[in-house]
Amino acid sequence: MPDMILREITSLLLPFIQMYGIYVVMHGHLSPGGGFAGGMILGVSLILYILVFGLDSCLRKVPHRLSSFLESFGTLWYAAVGLVGLLRGTSFLMNKGAGIDLGTPGELFSSGLIVVITIGVGIKVASTMLSLFYTLVEED
Amino acid sequence: MRKFLALLVVLPCLVAMIMLAAELPPYADPDNPTNNEVPTRYTEQGVEEAGATNIVTDIIIDYRAYDTLIETTVLFTALIAVMLTLKGAGNNHA
Repeated sequence: MPDMILREITSLLLPFIQMYGIYVVMHGHLSPGGGFAGGMILGVSLILYILVFGLDSCLRKVPHRLSSFLESFGTLWYAAVGLVGLLRGTSFLMNKGAGIDLGTPGELFSSGLIVVITIGVGIKVASTMLSLFYTLVEED
Repeated sequence: MRKFLALLVVLPCLVAMIMLAAELPPYADPDNPTNNEVPTRYTEQGVEEAGATNIVTDIIIDYRAYDTLIETTVLFTALIAVMLTLKGAGNNHA
């Protein structure tokens, strides 16, 4: 589908879409959004890239193995962050109770483990969308 | 005949659900039973206890962190189901 208008508009829009997705993930603890919504925006931007530029060019940038790896990595990352609470002698997935400095509410780097978990969830949701699309589109 | 039987099952369910919906408390009434100490605690002390100004994030990643952890595995399971259906169990391609 070598449609010039579609390709040019998409290559103009993609950085903004992905920047917005990263913004929603990073500000999940400050404004509406979070890991699920931001990761979905990131994943959909990659799906748009596939639809416009073809499957092969996206497979060269993000191989299927990498997206499958990130997909499992997100869940394990979440569970691993939860172990911080256990290591500090409290219960699983503890945040303030584990003695972590929460910082000033309202700043970008605040709220302790919430940011770390949100980034993991964002990576996980984005790569899940991409892996699903790869699996559905690829025909052996 | 089958359509009649299906209607016989669906109609009582519809009546039951409408009766249930009519019994629901009015929307945004301060005397609703859901408006108890739990949302009060979240809105008043959520920012202080979890540190995020977005109270939804406070709830899903701090108070209800187990729920969100399992929720991410739901996506994982969905992907596994799609892969098993489309690729087949015998095919080891990533």
